[in-house]
Amino acid sequence: MAELVVQMADVGVRRVARWRARHFLGLALLSPSLVFLAAFTYWPTAQVMWQSLYAGSRRAGTFGLGNYQALAADPAFRRALSNNAAYAVGTIVPSLVLALAFALTLVHSTRLNALLRSIFFLPVLIPLVAAASLFLFIFLPGVGLLDYYLAKIGVQGANWLGDPDVALYSIIGLTIWKNAGYYMLFFLAGLQAIPPEAYEVALLDGATMWQRLRFVTLPYLRPTLAFVLVIGLLGVITQVDHIFILTKGGPSDSTNLLLFYIYQQAVERYDPGKAAAATVVMLALLIALTALSLRRLEHNIEGRE
Amino acid sequence: MTVKSVRAALRPSRLLVIALALGWAVPFLWMLVAAFRPERAAGAGMASLVPDYVPTLANFAEAWELADFALYYLNTIIICAGILAVQLVTISLAGYAFARLRFPGRTVFFYLFLVQLMLAPIVLLVPNLRTVAQLGLYDTLPGVMAPYFASAFGTFLMRQAFQTVPRELEDAALTDGARWWELIVHVYLPLTRPAMVAFAIVSVTAHWNEFLWPLMVINSPDRRPLTVGLAMFTLGAEGAQAWGVTAAGTLLVVAPLLVGFLLFQRRFVNSFMASGLK
Repeated sequence: MAELVVQMADVGVRRVARWRARHFLGLALLSPSLVFLAAFTYWPTAQVMWQSLYAGSRRAGTFGLGNYQALAADPAFRRALSNNAAYAVGTIVPSLVLALAFALTLVHSTRLNALLRSIFFLPVLIPLVAAASLFLFIFLPGVGLLDYYLAKIGVQGANWLGDPDVALYSIIGLTIWKNAGYYMLFFLAGLQAIPPEAYEVALLDGATMWQRLRFVTLPYLRPTLAFVLVIGLLGVITQVDHIFILTKGGPSDSTNLLLFYIYQQAVERYDPGKAAAATVVMLALLIALTALSLRRLEHNIEGRE
Repeated sequence: MTVKSVRAALRPSRLLVIALALGWAVPFLWMLVAAFRPERAAGAGMASLVPDYVPTLANFAEAWELADFALYYLNTIIICAGILAVQLVTISLAGYAFARLRFPGRTVFFYLFLVQLMLAPIVLLVPNLRTVAQLGLYDTLPGVMAPYFASAFGTFLMRQAFQTVPRELEDAALTDGARWWELIVHVYLPLTRPAMVAFAIVSVTAHWNEFLWPLMVINSPDRRPLTVGLAMFTLGAEGAQAWGVTAAGTLLVVAPLLVGFLLFQRRFVNSFMASGLK
């Protein structure tokens, strides 16, 4: 009996020890990730907020909202903001419509459809810089691909990247080409999740093709649509590599986007205060955007549990 | 093809999509045709999509000579492999902790990881550049890699995969006296290989294609990755109007990704869909 009690106590002690070890283990296993997150996510976020409040040099500078005032007064920054908004709408709306059209048309897996899907997906794979290298020639005035073939059908081309009224549209065209295939993937998955019965009912009711699209397909695709919208918005804010190759933000700031503006302030204008303030504006945008989709995100990540 | 599918193929909306697909392929087609075009045909005929010539490798030879693509390849491979190697360690450790261990502050840490999904590292490029410089990593390949060593996306992906592993397997291994790291290496990782492969594809493609961050960190020409090398090369060739050479250089950069895609289409597509979570 006594022996049994000792044995049980022994098991208890061991269990506590194991429980403690597991507590410690959890933290220990997170720590490598936490070190890097601290160094390259939390610390820079705090630092950039702090720095955005210093105007002038670090030692002699003044503390306050000077950088934000300078930012608000900078026509280039305001231009970058409005460009980015126009770029977002101009890119995302046509991309979504095209992606949905591609997915609806190519949803059945025939051999031809698989080939067509691959063609739409190819631009997604290549670096944005490489896409820009190709479009540099496509947009070349006179002898470039676009002007060459437009001339054959008797249409006068434009100065695609050199005309401030046209350049942003050219950039938008490139981005649509690059991204539509990516969004198509999500719509394809969304379409495959619609139960066939939903269509059968609509067909029995004599619904036309448009009615089926409007009252069956689109309602089912709503979550997909919301999701693609968010990744689309994140994309138009965080991807500016093509700007570097094609226009460098010009002519006269007509293609300058927010992130490229930050790059310019930091690297070309040596204005860390303004770069920091613009970064904070951008972080605020990103947080607002993800807050909108956070519940979805959590739902996705939590999965089972 | 059956009669029905032929009829379906001829529906107007399908024809429109087929026409659009042809348009979508044009930049790639031009790249192929221009890259193999002999130099004499340069100028007005450069835009033609018809390969009316005897193919030559002259453009590739010139591109290879003008820019050190072999070195750029090596740098890009080192960057991608380095990032992935560290990530696989950090994400499987953290993924296991979140999937199977109870510890104080677990929820708080979960949300701390979530922050990285919101604040894309690229947006923090200005303060991160300063940190990299302070660590003495400016103009080095580890400096390009460091901000990506932790991955919330990868952690959550592995966590989800680990949760599908039956607990009985872990208990059985524990009774056999296995340590935690033996559990991860011998029980969990072999059973979650698809998730790891999916993450690897997303990670490698993302960093193979990355431009702005390495552009800022790298100063020496011999440490440039492919994207930065290609950008400098393109801007140089633009001045010289050497479009065939640009096309050849671009082809050199995109070829490995396109070949990888053609070989493993389904895996690529699945991984890209998972990356939407990011």
